[in-house]
Amino acid sequence: MNEPDGIQPARPIVDATVRLALTTLAPIALTLALASLLLAALGVDAIAYFAYVAERGLLTRLGLEQSLTRMAPLLLLAASLIVAFRAGIWNLGVDGQSLLGALAAAAMAPALAAIWPGPLTLLVGLALAAGIGALWALLPALLRAYQGVNEIITTLMMTFLGTSLANALIKLAFLDPATTVPQTRTLPVDDRLPRLLGTTVGSGLLIGLAVLVLAHLMLTRTAFGLRLRVLGINPRAARHAGLPVSRLIVAALLLSGALAGLAGAVEVLGVHGNVRADWNPAYGLLVVPLVFLARLNGLAAILFVFLFAVLSIGGESAARRLGVPHHVNLVIVAVLLVASALGERLDRRVARRGGG
Amino acid sequence: MTPLLTEAFLSALLYGAVSAGVPLLLAGLGEQVSEKAGVLNIGLEGMMLCGAYAGFVAAWSSGSFALGFVAGAAAGLLVAAVMVLLCVRLALDQIVVGIALTLGAQGLTALLHHFQFARSYPRLPAATTWPLPWLSDLPVLGPALFDRHPVVYGAFLAVGLLILLQRRTRLDLQLRAAGERPEALDIAGVDVRLVRSLAVAVTGALAGLGGAFLANLGAGLFVPFLTNGAGFVAIVLAMLARGRPLWVLLGAMLFGASLALTTAIQVAGINIPTDIVQMLPFAAVMLVLVLLGRRASLPAALGRPYVRGSG
Repeated sequence: MNEPDGIQPARPIVDATVRLALTTLAPIALTLALASLLLAALGVDAIAYFAYVAERGLLTRLGLEQSLTRMAPLLLLAASLIVAFRAGIWNLGVDGQSLLGALAAAAMAPALAAIWPGPLTLLVGLALAAGIGALWALLPALLRAYQGVNEIITTLMMTFLGTSLANALIKLAFLDPATTVPQTRTLPVDDRLPRLLGTTVGSGLLIGLAVLVLAHLMLTRTAFGLRLRVLGINPRAARHAGLPVSRLIVAALLLSGALAGLAGAVEVLGVHGNVRADWNPAYGLLVVPLVFLARLNGLAAILFVFLFAVLSIGGESAARRLGVPHHVNLVIVAVLLVASALGERLDRRVARRGGG
Repeated sequence: MTPLLTEAFLSALLYGAVSAGVPLLLAGLGEQVSEKAGVLNIGLEGMMLCGAYAGFVAAWSSGSFALGFVAGAAAGLLVAAVMVLLCVRLALDQIVVGIALTLGAQGLTALLHHFQFARSYPRLPAATTWPLPWLSDLPVLGPALFDRHPVVYGAFLAVGLLILLQRRTRLDLQLRAAGERPEALDIAGVDVRLVRSLAVAVTGALAGLGGAFLANLGAGLFVPFLTNGAGFVAIVLAMLARGRPLWVLLGAMLFGASLALTTAIQVAGINIPTDIVQMLPFAAVMLVLVLLGRRASLPAALGRPYVRGSG
């Protein structure tokens, strides 16, 4: 690009505002505008739709509590994606990792709760899910680290494989004989993750927040985090600097898979208590734009996850009442992804011009 | 295992392999073209899905399969135009845009389907085939290969056409240069962004056609999320084929055969849970990647937007 270097005095505050507007507010505004246009084209009153979504996801007590509960898996998925993306690895298989993690927790918890009711069962369930999530990321990790096989493809393939495997396992191995719907045995409500004082909000929210903050601190404050970030910024430099690149790739993908597994476990141990055949919330790719909008910053991601949780709960409610399928959210997320990439690009231009 | 070797079984298997393989072949050939030119098209799934929806709606409302295929290719082309604008012109990250295109296409087609058909899933009648004289009378091979809709023949001819283009023209060289060393192509006076734009357009049209095939001839109907990963499988086929159209054909047919195994096994009266059978194709891809992973090479400048003068 051959733009003339503008001669401007440095105005950091104005700059920061412009940049925030470009990278955050403008993409969100553009997305809402385009989504409204789409809804209008489909004959839906967009203002009424979004008002309903806001009311049901944010402004009623029950809706807000549901949104906060919904944040739990989304926060853990955000942590999972941020760890991978910061290391320059596209883990697009979080849905498979998460689903199998959920299934592992669901298969084990009811049996274990009969022997050891209480926190121990939950801890074992969470740990098992994290382990299974990591295990499901192992093959893509090894292929990427030692064979150079593109991890986007392998992680996606493992998700398709994992979705069918989960269904097969539910029907063949972990079937609850007491129900007609194929599903695993149900964990009694008393044995699930406790709810937060006086509300219906699951304590998974706290797990999600804690893990995301810890992941953020790990990436920004520790030597391991620094290595991962160096790998993400410039793999060649990482190799030249003598970093064990292959092992770092494996570590990042396994950690990312473990966090995704945890996301599934929190949903099962906190909300559903079991896994039904064909249950697959597939939140993974929906969280991708949120972490991009947060520019892979774990703390900023919390805000966007909250907004999306509202959209998600409100949208499901609107689907039932207004007859507008919540697939609207897929379109919203897609536009948001492009809009935030555009915003970042414009921001880089502005930064280059301002820094001259 | 005698029932596995009957003519009925082989016939069903081969027929199914072609039916399931052709959409992958079309999309895979398309992906190969854009990968060569340095554009990793993760949005292939979205292009197929839009092609499937548009193709289905056009065929359903007009009663013409031909019109359905034209509409499918046009829809794929439209998605490709968005990708060209965002990735080639504006130089946004190809993977980010690809994910967005796929998610957007999933949401959009599901919404459109909902508002057009509510919860009904109308079926298309079976398409009339164009049996080739003499060849269509062959046992097993005849019904599977030579008594099909012209799009099937077209897909096989496309393989030949691409090989011919590769051997006889400079187009392939320019595509490869756009993927391996875009700077060099630019210096040689060829517009890199134009080459890449055309490559993505070809991909879109072929993927859209593949999607329309999937809906109109494969399933005979449209349901939301119909493609269910076919686009991603086609990407793998293109990666493993390393620029050779014939290998995409081979991969697509093998993959199609593993998909067709479900129906064929049912014809043979063997009862295996469908969930297990659905795992087979993806397990096969992973196995191939484990065995041949090192050979799945990709162009040097793949995924890198070309911005003149940026190095």
